[in-house]
Amino acid sequence: MARNVDALYIFLLIVCGMMTLLIFVCLVYFSARFRHRPGVRAEQIEGSTPLEITWSAIPFVIFMVIFAWGAVVYFQERTPPTDSTEVYVVAKQWMWKLEHAEGQREINELHIPVGRDVKLIMTSQDVIHSFYIPAFRMKQDVLPGRYTVEWFRATKPGVYHLFCAEYCGTQHSGMVGDIVVQEPAQYEAWMNGGSTGPLSATGEKVFSELGCATCHRNDTQGRGPNLNGVFGKPVQLEDGRSVTADENYLRECILDPGSKRVKGFQPIMPTFRGLVSEEQVNALVAYIKSISGTKAGDSGKASASAAAPQPAAKAQPNGSQVQ
Amino acid sequence: MSMEIAIPQAVEQENYLNKEYGVWSWLLTTDHKRIALLYLISITFFFFIGGFFALLIRLELLTPAGDLVQADTYNKLFTMHGMVMVFFFLIPSIPAVLGNFLVPLMIGAKDLAFPRINLLSWYLYIIGGVMMLHCMLTGGVDTGWTFYAPFSTNFTNTKIVEAGLAIFVVGFSSILTGLNFVVTIHRMRAPGMTWSRLPLFIWAHYATSIIQLLGTPVIAVTIVMVAAERALHLGIFDPRLGGDPLLFQHLFWFYSHPAVYIMILPSMGIISEILACFSRKRIFGYTFVAFSSIAIAVFGFLVWAHHMFVAGMSVYAALVFSLLSYAVAVPSAIKVFNWTATLYKGSIHYDAPMLYAFGFLGLFTIGGLTGLFLAALGIDVHVTDTYFVVAHFHYIMVGGAVMGYLGGMHFWWPKISGRLYPEGWARLAALIVFIGFNLTFFPQFLLGYMGMPRRYYDYSHMPEFQVLNVLSTAGATVLGVGYLLPMIYFLWSMRYGKPASDNPWNAAGLEWKTASPPPTFNFEEEPVVTWEAYNYEELDAPHSEEVPVAR
Repeated sequence: MARNVDALYIFLLIVCGMMTLLIFVCLVYFSARFRHRPGVRAEQIEGSTPLEITWSAIPFVIFMVIFAWGAVVYFQERTPPTDSTEVYVVAKQWMWKLEHAEGQREINELHIPVGRDVKLIMTSQDVIHSFYIPAFRMKQDVLPGRYTVEWFRATKPGVYHLFCAEYCGTQHSGMVGDIVVQEPAQYEAWMNGGSTGPLSATGEKVFSELGCATCHRNDTQGRGPNLNGVFGKPVQLEDGRSVTADENYLRECILDPGSKRVKGFQPIMPTFRGLVSEEQVNALVAYIKSISGTKAGDSGKASASAAAPQPAAKAQPNGSQVQ
Repeated sequence: MSMEIAIPQAVEQENYLNKEYGVWSWLLTTDHKRIALLYLISITFFFFIGGFFALLIRLELLTPAGDLVQADTYNKLFTMHGMVMVFFFLIPSIPAVLGNFLVPLMIGAKDLAFPRINLLSWYLYIIGGVMMLHCMLTGGVDTGWTFYAPFSTNFTNTKIVEAGLAIFVVGFSSILTGLNFVVTIHRMRAPGMTWSRLPLFIWAHYATSIIQLLGTPVIAVTIVMVAAERALHLGIFDPRLGGDPLLFQHLFWFYSHPAVYIMILPSMGIISEILACFSRKRIFGYTFVAFSSIAIAVFGFLVWAHHMFVAGMSVYAALVFSLLSYAVAVPSAIKVFNWTATLYKGSIHYDAPMLYAFGFLGLFTIGGLTGLFLAALGIDVHVTDTYFVVAHFHYIMVGGAVMGYLGGMHFWWPKISGRLYPEGWARLAALIVFIGFNLTFFPQFLLGYMGMPRRYYDYSHMPEFQVLNVLSTAGATVLGVGYLLPMIYFLWSMRYGKPASDNPWNAAGLEWKTASPPPTFNFEEEPVVTWEAYNYEELDAPHSEEVPVAR
């Protein structure tokens, strides 16, 4: 990804360098060649429509090339591959809290394996932050009240800067950390130390503690929809709309159940806003995803089970991103 | 003030400066030229306050550790620097000073259409300014000039509402100035001063005024909403209250992006005047330059969300705003090409205003072209919210707008004060400003691509950024000297400068066909325009030596 951004950047440097050079050479040449000499008068030139059209059209064409290239790179940057390793990010003043799908928790430090696609599912507990890794050329604002997504694949082991790039208050410049990219073997070793179990298992515990299962039963008899297999599928809403059940939808249903109610169900679910922490919401979302068979938490199985939902995901490549 | 300007010669004829003396003759004046001078003093005051903040910011960043001021103080410094420079210097700078002074003179009018409203706009500016000063002296604001919610509405404890109110009030000053210009340009042109004979300075101010009229109310509404959420806990922007933080950004940039054009368009108008005069030529492609100003004003309203490519907006919306941002780049490119072509086969003089104009051309070109980087979606993801953006908009606003402003101040100083500034010092200052500016801001492009985020007070986590920061700070001190010099020699010239003739540059334009300084009602007789704009051919024709300039 960084290579694609740099390629476009270098192209722009060359194009803009040439434009700058053209203008500067003209400026210097004209001002030297046509400097005031006694007895020589300026030659009045009204203008030239063909020339105007030329120097409007040529830059416009160049601009469109830059635009199209920039858009292609942007869509790559904004479309996480479907079988990425997932990490949940909760930002707060002034700290990054990260939780791997496998259950490892970190603060201001993220360990990832080299060569694997990593997808961050991010939200903020307070104000807007921005998760920025200059070395990967990646940045995405992290907002309160919703998920935003960012992804990357590290190609070289090492330690890279992590910055908060959206001003967030007193210790904004202290909201920095490290991205530790490790060889797969090292990463596995790190991963095996001191985990509390997969995030989805935590979610399952929260799910039962909050009594969600009383309504969201495993059959069709519950007062709430059966959540098995719901993730990534289209959902018919009571008001006639249809939405994809992505992370943001699940999150909204937990915190604001009335807003996008599933067709055929009564508005009886209470809001859990203020009752569950951001981390618990993440765990619940991870759990619901795990029982939908797409992401079981360990990405090893993911590629096999990803076969079924892939067409749906392909139809809406940016579904989880568009908000 | 009036004592400073009092001209010793007994034979001096009556003009707007010596007609009346005393404080009240200034504070209650409705003369657009005197109001322009009131504005000049006020914005210069705020410019040096904002500049002082900038200097402290640069000194803090000299070392990676946060050791000069505390984090909160630093956050307030860059916030105050932004608010003062944007709302109390850049936006009023050229329109309220040079525009106020020159719009009626250039179109052959006695005054602006609403002289009292003009005075009112200055009082609003002063009220807003006093509120802002009070706000700064009693604690200040730490949100950045962008006021992003929900930080501004529910998290910071600083004086958001008071600062917002100051901007609200000063916004009305800006609206009234715009209104006055639009009406004046439509209704008060001298006989024969058709639209196609208007100086490009007027076209630029016309375009600016439209943005001021249409855009400023939006920022006012946005401020009211921030205050309402903060004081009354109405849920508008904070998701905890049911609001949407992206809504704030849309509203904010809907004004604040066009505001960039409020700052740069008048400067472009000045550059057109200076380039024509000092290459003794009609501007190349007059119609295209004039209408590109209007095109910028119109397209400028359609690109606001290019500030939000990583904000969490839809990718498809980002696509549209990126495309439109390239559309607005075309009229700016047209201007640069036409200005360059104007030099061709000219007879070029290198007086100080022209040096500033060259500086503008170079810096605006770099500022504009780096805008292409930021509008490219894929690159913006990396460089937005870094020093790349800081460098880019300073190239436009300081390299562009302030260079143009200084060029204009030198060009019209003889008309404003009736005195000549010292040319040698002025050329030296232009050179110092150019060098200091580049030394300050060019390293920031590199810092930005290396990944240094904006608004960081402490970069001890990444000490590799220090070398470029030291260069930038060194440049800022040079730049500071460059800005102090003109203030000193302008003041000096008011007493000791050589008296200026009516038209020291032998320039085209009605403002040069009246006395320096002009009489209170600008022209002894209503001028009748029978010539096209920039008629340098006639002015430089050999026979024009014998015919004294009409007055």
